[in-house]
Amino acid sequence: MKDTLVLAKRNVIKMFRNPEQFIDVSVQPIIMTVLFVYIFGGAVAGNTQSYLPFVIPGIIVQTIMFTSLTIGVNLNTDIQKGVFDRFRSLPIARSAPLFGAVLGDIIRHTIATGVTLVFAVIIGFRFVTPWYDVLAAIVLIVVFAVSLCWVSVFIGMLARSSGAVQGLSFLIVFPLTFGSSTFVPASTLPDWLQGWVAINPVTHVIEAMRGLFSGEAALAAGETVGGQVLWVLASCVVLVAVFFPLATWAYRRKI
Amino acid sequence: MTYAIEAQGLTKRFGKTQALSGVDLTVEEGRVLGVLGPNGAGKTTTVRILATLLAPDEGTARVAGHDVVHEAKQVRRSIGLTGQYASVDEDLTGVQNLVMIGRLLDLSSRDAKARATELLAEFDLTDAGTRLVKTYSGGMRRRLDLAASLIGRPAVVYLDEPTTGLDPAKRDDVWDMVRALTAQGTTVLLTTQYLEEADALADEITVIDHGRVIAHDTARGLKQQVGGQTLEVRPLDLADLPAVREVLARIGSRDPEQPATDLLSVPVADDTALTSVVAELASRGIRVSELGLRLPSLDEVFYSLTGQKQADDQQEEEAA
Repeated sequence: MKDTLVLAKRNVIKMFRNPEQFIDVSVQPIIMTVLFVYIFGGAVAGNTQSYLPFVIPGIIVQTIMFTSLTIGVNLNTDIQKGVFDRFRSLPIARSAPLFGAVLGDIIRHTIATGVTLVFAVIIGFRFVTPWYDVLAAIVLIVVFAVSLCWVSVFIGMLARSSGAVQGLSFLIVFPLTFGSSTFVPASTLPDWLQGWVAINPVTHVIEAMRGLFSGEAALAAGETVGGQVLWVLASCVVLVAVFFPLATWAYRRKI
Repeated sequence: MTYAIEAQGLTKRFGKTQALSGVDLTVEEGRVLGVLGPNGAGKTTTVRILATLLAPDEGTARVAGHDVVHEAKQVRRSIGLTGQYASVDEDLTGVQNLVMIGRLLDLSSRDAKARATELLAEFDLTDAGTRLVKTYSGGMRRRLDLAASLIGRPAVVYLDEPTTGLDPAKRDDVWDMVRALTAQGTTVLLTTQYLEEADALADEITVIDHGRVIAHDTARGLKQQVGGQTLEVRPLDLADLPAVREVLARIGSRDPEQPATDLLSVPVADDTALTSVVAELASRGIRVSELGLRLPSLDEVFYSLTGQKQADDQQEEEAA
């Protein structure tokens, strides 16, 4: 456990040292917010202010999806560079570097979410729910990210280069985030796409967050906050049940 | 006699490549073994097995008294590994790298810092300690990497081609550090492509090629086995060339060769050849611009070892 913490600290230090990784969780969500709120806000929701409660959860989820998929890239790079050889020659648990990376990522997710929310409040976003709902929303997205990261770990362990991991990860993130109600209401999409959106777990993460930030009124008719949260937790269970064994198998094979 | 490293019949196959086909190695406690071989001979695979990073397909190995497969954790407590490519974290500072490894080796935060400071001083990196490793030169990285492998004061240290790609001055620095290490009684297994390096640092040398041990001897024994050293003379005046040739022909074990227009070389069997040549040249009043003894290159070692092996095989066949 101590080893995991020491290695998590390594990942956090690296994040602050590595401009690209830090931009991913700081500048990027702000740019996305500005871009979507001021460019599409008027078109999608009539005006920017009423678009905020809709789009902010979407931006948080998209940012975190991208961040959670970088874990595979980072692990792959560590293996290529020989840093893992050093870890493996030390008397620590084989899993410590992996869990250290996941723990470091939880911190990144929290920062990304915090940065986006603070910036959103500055430009006029207001929570209508009590603080514990807001907290629950943050915990929910982090739980989802940690469940999703095993997909990235799995890809990262199988791919030959970190570039390939990145490419494959993008292939996964784009249909998941854009094929959801992230930026536009699902009702505006063609029928076949609505079918996908309805089963896409990302849609439910976003809906749950909307509900937890802005109350049930922010949801589509017939949806409840609790129902959305359950959907998310169920998809987390499925993701972990499928990809955690695959990821740890691939990791052990490589490590 | 206690062996710090004992390997028997190690084999390893990667897909279609047979990386190791039965490697035996022993290193006594406190000694330095040089593992000499060309690229792809199986040096790194051997080190990775002995460092518990790879499991052998067949064969067994014990390091510091523990089996590398079944008692990997105990082995890891006793070893330090410096890889072919410096495996330090570029995005951390020198201090952060060493403290992190100290913490992973169960040192307290304070002890890890103290040990890091001590090692940085020892490896002449104190000033660079707070800089990111990214900004280090190749030589500094190697030194930090070596420092990182010594944090836990390991009884056995593996140095996998520690000087490959370093310029000669940096190489000498690494050599000095290896000597300091052995002076403290650490057992060292060093892989290298250079006979000169193995000769300078190792008590014994194991030569491997195509995943097999083809020779094991002291540096001296090995040099004798491969025809000793080469004496090279470059006379100041080209007109002296025939006279030099005459001198070398008398002292050398075969006719001198002329690798360059003004240079003559001849293999010599014993260490007194140099003084005899100097005396002879002086008495004839021949002035030289260059004179030296050169160890056989890896190519020459392999040529002569593999050539010899084939000859031995033929003899055995004839005898049988």
